[in-house]
Amino acid sequence: MTGDAVLLRTEPVSPAALLALESASKKFVRPIDAAQRIANLFGGDYDTEVTHAVDCVSLEIREREVVGLVGESGCGKSTVGRMLVGLLQPSDGRVLSQGRDLAKLDRSQLKQESLRVQMIFQDPFSSLNPRMRVRDIIGQAPRIHRIVNKSGIDAYVDEVLDRIGLDPTFKQRYPHQLSGGQRQRVCIARALAVQPRALVCDEAVAALDVSIQAQILNLFMELRESLALTLLFISHDLGVVEHMSDRIVVMYLGRVVETATTEQMFRYPNHPYTRALLTEVPNIRLRRKRYVAIQGEIPSPMHPPPGCHFHPRCAQAMPRCRVEKPELREVAAGHFSACHLNDMK
Amino acid sequence: MMAAILDVRGLRTHFFTRDGVVKAVDDVSFSVEAGRILALVGESGSGKSVTGFSILGLVDPPGRIVEGAILYNGDDLVGMPYERLRALRGGRIAMIFQDPMMTLNPVLRIDTQMVEAVFAHKKVSHRVAREIARDALGLVGLPSPEERLHAYPHQLSGGMRQRVAIAIAMLHRPDVIIADEPTTALDVTIQAQILFEVQKLCRENGTALVWISHDLAVVAGLADEICVMYAGRIVERGGVDDVLDAPLHPYTRGLLDSVPASNARGARLRQIPGTTPSLLDPSPGCAFRSRCSRSTAACDSDPATTTMPAGRMVRCFHPQPAPTP
Repeated sequence: MTGDAVLLRTEPVSPAALLALESASKKFVRPIDAAQRIANLFGGDYDTEVTHAVDCVSLEIREREVVGLVGESGCGKSTVGRMLVGLLQPSDGRVLSQGRDLAKLDRSQLKQESLRVQMIFQDPFSSLNPRMRVRDIIGQAPRIHRIVNKSGIDAYVDEVLDRIGLDPTFKQRYPHQLSGGQRQRVCIARALAVQPRALVCDEAVAALDVSIQAQILNLFMELRESLALTLLFISHDLGVVEHMSDRIVVMYLGRVVETATTEQMFRYPNHPYTRALLTEVPNIRLRRKRYVAIQGEIPSPMHPPPGCHFHPRCAQAMPRCRVEKPELREVAAGHFSACHLNDMK
Repeated sequence: MMAAILDVRGLRTHFFTRDGVVKAVDDVSFSVEAGRILALVGESGSGKSVTGFSILGLVDPPGRIVEGAILYNGDDLVGMPYERLRALRGGRIAMIFQDPMMTLNPVLRIDTQMVEAVFAHKKVSHRVAREIARDALGLVGLPSPEERLHAYPHQLSGGMRQRVAIAIAMLHRPDVIIADEPTTALDVTIQAQILFEVQKLCRENGTALVWISHDLAVVAGLADEICVMYAGRIVERGGVDDVLDAPLHPYTRGLLDSVPASNARGARLRQIPGTTPSLLDPSPGCAFRSRCSRSTAACDSDPATTTMPAGRMVRCFHPQPAPTP
């Protein structure tokens, strides 16, 4: 079943995928320190704290595809993004780039691979070095990686700036002399300067005002077409994701709960969490809405509930949901959902 | 028509900085009646938060209210003696901030903080104050309020903290609540819970709410009336359906058009060109004219406000009456 969105754990990831995670997990472990170890000798009860940020996630992003990754805070969506660009290594499972396992590459290959996927961060205020001029922010990486030589760097930076819609005179400026929207453009320029094939945008427009957000989203759409880019769009804003993406992946507490094409996801959401999320999203067309609250809080990823992670908040939870983890199953062509309710139909 | 419980008239709050005068709020007028929700919408730097701070007298130097009146039940809050203002603040007029940690003291337990807030306006025993605090937590839908009273703020999630902040704002059943982006930092499902509590509060207690936000979608579902702010001024005011379905000001129109939901999926968004102007010594004239497609030579002078039927107001030389298709 190659070419399908998310594959079950047992199946190999199709070689067509530009980027893929194969049953990848990420745990963050906080070991006990010396003081706690001593305290334990005297009957203290300190243990290592393990956060299961990502729990056995498989997903693939095909060439030139825009995938939206949505979920609430703490669901592991940023960790997935960071694993895909190689900023974090999975504790379990594999990260594949065109079918090649990143962990098995030698240093020079890894360097080449890491240039191919670049990341755009949420906060354009903290992701730019305040002591560097725009010219150096954009020009440093291509010079180090010998994409351009020293004499060509100025012309190259001009070209990149032109592409993202900033005037070349911005080259001499420092980040503090730019507005939020201009900074985010510089972040995008920095990522594009090493000629990547894919961008991972982690809440790239969340910090921007509505009118500026529209400008940046338009820029992403233009770049996608002109440079044949592949995008992973990580966001909690379903409106933005719906607009940008070909396909949507919904995560809840470290696991993928549903994935489908954008059209399918918004028309026929399957998982109870996705359905709840879609009804809670404020919409400009709905006036004086009576809000109904989804019950409960998002559980801590340090102590996730057993079985289906969503069962404590799910109105349709059954006894089985408390013990058995639901696997992703195909409920319609290219539409996968991890819910026990689908077995009962 | 009911008398407005809060009536802001011609408010000007300016900041006197070393580089010049920043006119953060420049001639803002609006009013809210009991049980109604008014939304102040605008982008960062539009002066919507400073308007909220001005109402509660929380503007610090170099900022100062230079002109205007803020009438609460007919009494002007501007220039009111400190002791009287203190009796009103937190009791009759309360505020909810974007970041609940601005309200909560990180080193005090929730019960200590809430009991203190009760004592500030009521002479009751400690036991009764604690009961009032517990009931307020229950009212905002916090699970097991008795246990939460013993917790420190860091032991609660962001959504729970915001609910504690809302509970503190509601302790004395105020007549007016100013809410400054209270759900911006929260997740969608938690946001829905908070909006649910807020709606219930206004309906049942007749609290007037001023909801400050940049999120048009949230405002659409919540507010009765909308004021759109741009560069320190209200550029358009009206009922929620009027403003969102038939915006008159080109800025409102641009804002609505740039929301992804108003555009076909995958299509280019209709964007507003340019960036928001600096409020430092702005040149006279309409602040939006450099980004506006309808601007003419007339826009170089200040547009006056035009009042229309059904409480609508617009500040533009070229209001567009055509409704949204």
